[in-house]
Amino acid sequence: MTDNLFKISEREYILPGNRACQGCGLSLAYRHALKALGENTILTIPASCLTVLHGLYPITSVEIPCLNCTFASTAASASGLVAGLKALNRNDVTVVAVAGDGGTYDIGIQALSGAAERGTDFIFVCYDNEGYMNTGTQRSSATPPGALTTTTPVLTKQEPKKDMLKIMEAHGLPYIATVCPSYPLDLHEKFTKAKSVQGTRYVQIYAPCPPGWGYLPKDTVKIGRLAVETGIFVLFEIEDGRFRLTGRSRVLAKKGKRVPVSDYLKAQGRFRQISPEQAEKLQRSVDGRWDEYVKRAGK
Amino acid sequence: MIDNNISAMCKPAPGEAGKTGDWRDMRPVIDHTKCTPYVKNKPACFLCWLYCPEGVIRDTIPVEIDLDYCKGCGICAEECPMGAIAMVAEGKQDG
Amino acid sequence: MDNVQILTGNQAAALGAKLCQVQVVSAYPITPQTSLTEVLSHYIEGGELQAEYVRVESEHSAMTVCIAASTAGARVFTSTSSHGLLYMHEQLHWAAGSRLPIVMCCINRGVGAPWSIFNDQQDSIAQRDTGWIQIYCRDNQEIIDTVIQAYRIAEAVYVPVMVCYDGFVLSHTTMPVRIPDERDVRAFLPSYQPHTILNSQEPRNINPVIFPWRRMDAEGCLRDGYMELRYKLQKALEEAKPVIGKACSDYTAIFGRVHEGLFWRYRLDDADALLIGMGSLATEATMAVDRLREQGVKAGVLGVRLYRPFPREEIKNCIGQRKALLIFEKDISYGYEGALCSDVKAALYGSEVKAPVHNFICGLGGRDVKAEELADAVKTSLKMIGAGNLKQQTIWLNCRTEKSNDGQSF
Repeated sequence: MTDNLFKISEREYILPGNRACQGCGLSLAYRHALKALGENTILTIPASCLTVLHGLYPITSVEIPCLNCTFASTAASASGLVAGLKALNRNDVTVVAVAGDGGTYDIGIQALSGAAERGTDFIFVCYDNEGYMNTGTQRSSATPPGALTTTTPVLTKQEPKKDMLKIMEAHGLPYIATVCPSYPLDLHEKFTKAKSVQGTRYVQIYAPCPPGWGYLPKDTVKIGRLAVETGIFVLFEIEDGRFRLTGRSRVLAKKGKRVPVSDYLKAQGRFRQISPEQAEKLQRSVDGRWDEYVKRAGK
Repeated sequence: MIDNNISAMCKPAPGEAGKTGDWRDMRPVIDHTKCTPYVKNKPACFLCWLYCPEGVIRDTIPVEIDLDYCKGCGICAEECPMGAIAMVAEGKQDG
Repeated sequence: MDNVQILTGNQAAALGAKLCQVQVVSAYPITPQTSLTEVLSHYIEGGELQAEYVRVESEHSAMTVCIAASTAGARVFTSTSSHGLLYMHEQLHWAAGSRLPIVMCCINRGVGAPWSIFNDQQDSIAQRDTGWIQIYCRDNQEIIDTVIQAYRIAEAVYVPVMVCYDGFVLSHTTMPVRIPDERDVRAFLPSYQPHTILNSQEPRNINPVIFPWRRMDAEGCLRDGYMELRYKLQKALEEAKPVIGKACSDYTAIFGRVHEGLFWRYRLDDADALLIGMGSLATEATMAVDRLREQGVKAGVLGVRLYRPFPREEIKNCIGQRKALLIFEKDISYGYEGALCSDVKAALYGSEVKAPVHNFICGLGGRDVKAEELADAVKTSLKMIGAGNLKQQTIWLNCRTEKSNDGQSF
């Protein structure tokens, strides 16, 4: 398949007329991720928004083979695919598991930790839309503090977001990366790299969600950019323990000035009840983590 | 044709959710005189292609949008650096 | 010449899986299953068996690995017990719904709370409605033979098979076992042909969300809705009975050993009193029958081997005009009676069979069951029936609560 001026495949693996919402951040990220992974990939996905995007029986919107699995079992399903393909001497296939934050941070963490500890040769992709969006925006452990969800409908989420990236790093993985659909080239590059590495690779997608976060579909790319500009979400990769900021985050660390977190909060309906104290605390925690990242990158 | 499947296996096809162009309130309309690849008559920019979550924009000269499936999210209009794409309410005249 | 080895039930099961040249094994340790997976680890690490061993972090993952590897086209094996099986529950449904020919040994053990590591059959009976074929073994010879038969059955009808045998009673008890010849096993068991398609040339999305109704695909073929797929699974189980029968007769032709496919009979021809049970409890019942026969009671055993699909017609015909049905089982459907008892009675409904039924709940959580106790229970039952009391009794055998003697005096 020919590449264009972005050096990205022209081939679309996601067919038009799928069920993803208008302006879906996952859809944009997934589109470029699949371009980087290419057709010699087998996917496994649990119940999630992605199940909906992949389509309802008997038609699928994605031209990559995919095995649906139960919510808690994503990484184990990938382990089974890897073992089965190896037993059959099919060694040229990349096994990729893709789960939401619920399927990663919450119900999927046991199987993920097990597969990572076993060094299973696969890529685990978490698309983090910070809640149970497919079931109607319930709180997950990835929901940020101050966000309204349908299960934190009055007081907002009180607890900080779980740092899944640190948890995955503690498994000693050969490759960890964060990506955001507002930066498709950075995303494409990281998926291409992840594909070339052996062992368990973890890629976390920041996936803005218009209906769940309360902003207009046209603003998905802008919200993603704001997340990076504020440092709410940081673009980096960790290769065999070597930490590196990438793309816009790298530029920001060198010379830029981060935008205040309040700009990010104001742009989304889910933060309309956040208290000044919560917002202030969030800004401090973003600052603290940013300093930590910059310090690591500087080493 | 008889359905011989014993488990649920899907084949890929476009339009699994139907013609999703029906979802639109607003449709993107390109003013090619402002569109860089058209003006320069060579491959350039194509940010609308890059940012379209649906993959329904073709990076051709001129740029084309598949309105059968475009859901009308408006990201292309928002991201176009030249302001060449306008979102026009469905039912109204172009531009 | 026969190759006879002295093996535990778990060793026999592991050897059976090895003879079938399973390609992927995944398991999580639980008593009393552990020694089975340990033997398989030795086979694989020692190079005796070319297979991938995925040492997962839970039983839920063990069954998931089997599901995914089987979908990819590998012959897979796992085993578990008790809470491990319960933890798999969701995946048991998924495996059957995916129509994957997974073979699993369930080494039967009681279920908490409170903890019991000892034998009963509550664990597998509780999985009755997951869409798996369930076969109960009575001794270690039957375990190795059934594991081999299980792959032939599963891969013919695309339904997973659970080979159940009693924890400790069989799993940890040594018996002489005739070992099938490897070439004979290969002749008996063709290679696995998956029905699933998992490759880039023909990308398929397997087991997505499905509508309640049927829906047209892009080529204009009206495809199944949820109910049609469920009906196909039900039909596959019902139609498995002759396949199981054929697998057993073919097995006998090659290996010389007879395992009646659906159930086995012991001193049954002229028996008035029929003892019905599954697994090692039914074996114990044969010894009770010998005692009863010595005392002039015409008793026999119907040992249920195939529990799902339930051999309704065949059991009904075998029961015929017996005078008493004594159903012994190591499980309880709380609030009603033993599950086997309900199934046997349902098979008889509307037929000419009017024999009174006594249901004995026994051996829960490893409570000892002696042949003598079974024989005594049968005698007491027959006395009641003889005295004209034809009402069904559900008796908790050898069970007395602390407070009183209100437990059955049987």
